[in-house]
Amino acid sequence: MDWLGPEEWQAVALSLRVSLWATLASLPLGIFTAYALARWRFPGHGLVNGLVHLPLILPPVVTGYLLLLTFGTRGPVGSVLQDIGIVLAFRWTGAALAAAVMAFPLMVRAIRLSIEAVDPKLEQAAATLGASRLWVFATVTLPMILPGIIAGAILAFAKAMGEFGATITFVSNIPGQTRTVPSAIYAFLQVPGGEDAAMRLVLVSVAVAMTALLVSEVIARKIAARVSGT
Amino acid sequence: MTLSVSLRHALPGFLLDAEFDAPPGITVLFGRSGSGKTTIANAVAGLLRPDRGRIVAADQVLMDSDRGLWVAPNRRRIGYVFQEGRLFPHLTVRQNLAYGRWFAPKGARIEDLAHVVDLLGIGNLLTRRPGALSGGEKQRVAIGRALLSAPRLIVADEPLAALDEARKAEILPFLERLRDEVEIPILYVSHSAAEVARLATTVVALENGRVIRQGAAAEVLSDPAVTPLGARSAGALLMARVVAHHDDGLTQLDAGGCPLFLPRIPQPPGHAVRIRIAAHDVILSRVRPEGLSALNILPGTVRDIRAGDGPGAILSLDTAAGVVLARVTRRSVASLSLVPGTSCHAVIKTVAIAPEDVGAL
Repeated sequence: MDWLGPEEWQAVALSLRVSLWATLASLPLGIFTAYALARWRFPGHGLVNGLVHLPLILPPVVTGYLLLLTFGTRGPVGSVLQDIGIVLAFRWTGAALAAAVMAFPLMVRAIRLSIEAVDPKLEQAAATLGASRLWVFATVTLPMILPGIIAGAILAFAKAMGEFGATITFVSNIPGQTRTVPSAIYAFLQVPGGEDAAMRLVLVSVAVAMTALLVSEVIARKIAARVSGT
Repeated sequence: MTLSVSLRHALPGFLLDAEFDAPPGITVLFGRSGSGKTTIANAVAGLLRPDRGRIVAADQVLMDSDRGLWVAPNRRRIGYVFQEGRLFPHLTVRQNLAYGRWFAPKGARIEDLAHVVDLLGIGNLLTRRPGALSGGEKQRVAIGRALLSAPRLIVADEPLAALDEARKAEILPFLERLRDEVEIPILYVSHSAAEVARLATTVVALENGRVIRQGAAAEVLSDPAVTPLGARSAGALLMARVVAHHDDGLTQLDAGGCPLFLPRIPQPPGHAVRIRIAAHDVILSRVRPEGLSALNILPGTVRDIRAGDGPGAILSLDTAAGVVLARVTRRSVASLSLVPGTSCHAVIKTVAIAPEDVGAL
């Protein structure tokens, strides 16, 4: 990949790392949230639903600023985390957090839809056969929603790859630390003669997005065929 | 093992208030749609939590609202055969069958997989997925899956209702074998008089959420006052023994000393069978008819007469073969001056008895 300069390569590698971590780390919470919203009735259901979707409708800069206020070193959560040695502000981990928050609504929506498509009667049947709630989830619900989970994860990954506003507001644009592909493109476009580098990163972005989409299509189709029981 | 149920549950516009005991064998909850049968089945399996009640299966209390006791469905060990099968689409037939075994308590007596597969005739389906099965095959797998979860009790909620007549006829013999070969009691929900006649050891007749009668199948079905599906589907059970198969396609049976002729049935001579005689297939005659095409004539005496506002009446007759129900017009009751104690003859056309009315005993 020597057609990419070291700076550009660094941005691509960082973006992949940030997006991967953002997706994987938020997946369990995403599944849990989707399940709770789809299946449980509890006070504050609407509030949780609203909070999850908030990053989708707020200006990303606002989300980034709220993250900075909360997780910055002087923020209520950030200061506590700092005491135990975790710093998010202006680090790649912060970029991952911003990407995860921005991608969360898309992930939850996709998974929730697939959970709502699972017939609760199948879960009842599993219970009568002796499976506890956790086993019902692991052996019936989870395998059946796998296509939805994969779709949600890929969607979240793609969103994380493209996240810009919240990231640059929360963790700035530090080369090697928080300069992801979108931030790098933005930076290259700010200096004269940077168009070529920007163009190369644009191509990388398109390639990564297309690959992710194709892979998810193939996996989802395979699993859907298995789950449909034919 | 005995199941003992006492329930009170209010649903919108409907109050279920039922109490019954289910001894070993197949106990059929019998009644119209909306009489509360499925609600009871779900409460027994723990899929519905009734307002009040007490359910005891083989000395284990499954629920007791007075003591605030309620056992979760996965701890009840009740195999449920649902109307629509509910097989897991992402698992093969073999994996579906083995699902319950995973969760069965250590040391529980589990039916042998090979035996159940053989009993239900599903050996050639094991590697398939449910999506590739016919309705009848799905139900047989569902029965096997419930059996193999080491259940104390099996609940079957109209397992044949979604099938056409041919598929029903295909599964009924398996259910009979289940009743006779497996020692697990079965609570069977049905609104089909034929299924009740074929399968029931005990009948619990339900009407509008209440038990109107419970007892041995032959006894309940021969009571003219108990017609949960309406007089049109009333019919009594006769127990008989196969005597011989004749060359003209008839099977001769012996019912309490009376000869009975039926269209050929599969059971060999010597076998005991139960036959449902639909009340509207019975003609009554004060004198022994002669020159009549009907082959079966059972002499007896009128035990009971039930007439409503409609044109029909249901009579029960004591015959040597057992109690026979007859549905005739009120006008005939009057013109033949039939009253309890009157002796008369029940005439039953041989061809009126369909194969699905005859079951193994």
